[in-house]
Amino acid sequence: MFMKLLFGNLTLEAIPFHSVIVMGASAFMLLALLAILFVITYYHKWAYIWNEWITTVDHKKIGIMYLLLSLVMLLRGFSDVILMRTQQALAGGSSYGFLPPDHFNQIFTAHGVIMIFFVAMPMMFALLNMVIPLQIGARDVAYPYLNSLSFWLTFVGAMLCNASLIFGSFAQTGWLAYPPLSELYYSPDVGVDYFIWSLQISGVGTLLAGINFIATIFKMRCQGMTLMKMPIFVWASLCAMILVALAFPVLTVTLALLALDRMMGMHFFTDYAGGNIMMYINLIWIWGHPEVYILILPAFGIFSEVVATFSQKRLFGYTTMVWAIAAITFLSFVVWLHHFFTMGAGADVNAFFGIATMIIAIPTGVKVFNWLFTMYKGRIILATPMLWVTAFFTTFAIGGMSGVMLAIPPVDFQMHNSVFLVAHFHNVIIGGVLFGYFAGIIYWFPKAFGFRLDEKSGTWAFIFWVVGFYVAFMPLYVLGLNGFMRRNFYYANEVYHPYLVVAAIGAGFIFIGILLQLYQVFISIINRHSLRDATGDPWNGRTLEWSISSPAPLYNFAVLPSVEELDQFWVDKESRHHKVSSQQVIEPIHMPKNTAAGFIIAMFAGILGFALIWKMLIPGIIGFLGVIITTIARTFTKETDYYIDVETIKRTQLAFQKEAK
Amino acid sequence: MHSQTLDHDGTDVFGFWLYIMTDCILFACLFATYIVLNGGMQHTLMLKDFVALPDILIETFLLLASNFTFCLAILNLYQSKLKKVQFWLMITFLFGAAFIYMELTEFARLATEGFRWDLSAQASSFFTLVGTHGLHVSFGLLWILIMIFQLPLLGISPASKRRLTYLGLFWNFLDIVWIFVFTVVYLMGAL
Repeated sequence: MFMKLLFGNLTLEAIPFHSVIVMGASAFMLLALLAILFVITYYHKWAYIWNEWITTVDHKKIGIMYLLLSLVMLLRGFSDVILMRTQQALAGGSSYGFLPPDHFNQIFTAHGVIMIFFVAMPMMFALLNMVIPLQIGARDVAYPYLNSLSFWLTFVGAMLCNASLIFGSFAQTGWLAYPPLSELYYSPDVGVDYFIWSLQISGVGTLLAGINFIATIFKMRCQGMTLMKMPIFVWASLCAMILVALAFPVLTVTLALLALDRMMGMHFFTDYAGGNIMMYINLIWIWGHPEVYILILPAFGIFSEVVATFSQKRLFGYTTMVWAIAAITFLSFVVWLHHFFTMGAGADVNAFFGIATMIIAIPTGVKVFNWLFTMYKGRIILATPMLWVTAFFTTFAIGGMSGVMLAIPPVDFQMHNSVFLVAHFHNVIIGGVLFGYFAGIIYWFPKAFGFRLDEKSGTWAFIFWVVGFYVAFMPLYVLGLNGFMRRNFYYANEVYHPYLVVAAIGAGFIFIGILLQLYQVFISIINRHSLRDATGDPWNGRTLEWSISSPAPLYNFAVLPSVEELDQFWVDKESRHHKVSSQQVIEPIHMPKNTAAGFIIAMFAGILGFALIWKMLIPGIIGFLGVIITTIARTFTKETDYYIDVETIKRTQLAFQKEAK
Repeated sequence: MHSQTLDHDGTDVFGFWLYIMTDCILFACLFATYIVLNGGMQHTLMLKDFVALPDILIETFLLLASNFTFCLAILNLYQSKLKKVQFWLMITFLFGAAFIYMELTEFARLATEGFRWDLSAQASSFFTLVGTHGLHVSFGLLWILIMIFQLPLLGISPASKRRLTYLGLFWNFLDIVWIFVFTVVYLMGAL
């Protein structure tokens, strides 16, 4: 009885000892974890890790932790790719490949969930954290403690998702877990519960981060920076965060209702007792479509920054760019139904949503032309961030056009759920979001770490990624047009086989690209002294973050900047009256103290999530009370802030100026 | 002047408004679900066969009264009368607790009489919508209790004023949501 209260449905049988692949992956994961713990203990770094990272409320460090999380999860998500592509390259005609269908189903579900929620989202928040406060001339985000909580909740969500590898299984439903398949009757194991609670926890983290950045951008811009003088990346992020605040509550409700169906026997989405399956599909896409724009808008912002910097010109059509972003923000909420044209909404409704979808191509086109005109007659420098931007133009245009094809309802009836769709959304998400984030990471890497990334290995990584992308996904367009459906673990018709082999080879190229990126980071760390960015302005940048040292000091700006125009830093450089901050009056800087509260709350939330998945009563109560009590205890602490004295600031600034000369 | 890093009241209240907006969307989804699942197909057992409207009216007045007493607490806060603030918060707590008690007994009665949450989609959406509101009110009650204990520690300070401002926004918001629950669920659904 006590064991039941403590462990719920979790037994030793939940660990899949029979599956070599799963056990191998789990063993690898555990070994890596043990190795990290060993290294930290061996070098006596626990105090450092705790004081400088786990309890930090500094947006720059939280950004770096988001980045690490997303890179680790990228490797996990990509190992799923290798399994899927090999399986489909092998399992045709008389061969069934090496993966049983229930395992294959888990893999494509986990791949989608991980890539969107635990790679793309953390990578976006990494960039926002690393850049936004610096670009608007602020010392931190509006709520530093909330920021730490957001990160740790995202982290816990990702870890819950990983735990499904060892304990039990993941959902076999596809990444959006449509009912009735995701209902208890058809999915009786814990897979869907892992899906629900890992997304629920990380979703709350995302929502809080969204609120945090909206408040930061609206309330903490430096003197003189009116809305229309904000860098475009700030604009794009603001709109993306507004989408987060509007869309993520819908995800929370949708997942909660599905959980109530599964745990309390309710009938929201069952196929009897009055349940309505379409309610789920509408709700999840009312969140899901804006989610796509949440990811792409910051990438658009990055492209705008990178294009202007490396063309050494002012961005063409700033105002139209802002309006295009605003238009996309609005339109993203009136197109959700195009994800299920085939599900019986009728011709009139389909026509409305089809046309609305096509209209989005207009503001997007405005943006593409703005970027091209920025490059026109510019002195273009083809550094690695700019390489990714050039690859983005063609790739995103192709993906966008296949999207407009899918927006035509009769065409969509042919393509629905085929790999044509898979090719389309990878075309825009890899070609748009991921290429953009890569450009952003390379561009702002010196600001976060103090040295540039190696260009040569970066160029090779770029070549393998782009070639690999085309080799992997162009065959899928052909396959889709010929009726090959998505999520197939096996196909009888061998005509498909050659295309799938080519696609697998493409995935191999991308894999080499990823390895080269890891090598790029490694070699850059080795050569960090020769790649050192002493000036704080390695790319001849335009915006405020390049006016301070690399990496940015703890307090960001010794004296808060004030601006009169867009790209004030560039204007100052052109007119050669670069302000030297030491001549201005330096005052003590008020800073938030580190706190463990965010970390502790998130850990209890993780315990609660795991307990809900396995129906463990005692750990569930501990997790729930832990969250509540830690939150309350935090409100009783009075010493949440301190001052950095003038001497320290002067010393730091002087050291920077000495090195810059 | 402080740097902008910390606790600018304006920024903080703005952030809380943003949170209220997201909560608004959360309730909007629950209302939409309730309306969709209660339209069209008629189930044999409907809410209107079970509901006791006079009780609901009493619940409504309890919540409205708690709102009024909360405002009295705020008035006293701005006159720096700490004891009176605590007193009116206590009264607010009692009204809120009475509301939750009535709601729970109503839920229990409905469930024993056969209108359980696992009966049909209508029942599920009813219990979830009204229950989510009740859960919010319960958290509000916990918050009021904490404020009663915390006030002597904080004194009449910007921090205590800020926290009571948040609590006030939250409490008023729940009142407005209840007006919609009363209209959409009870008046439109049960009359």
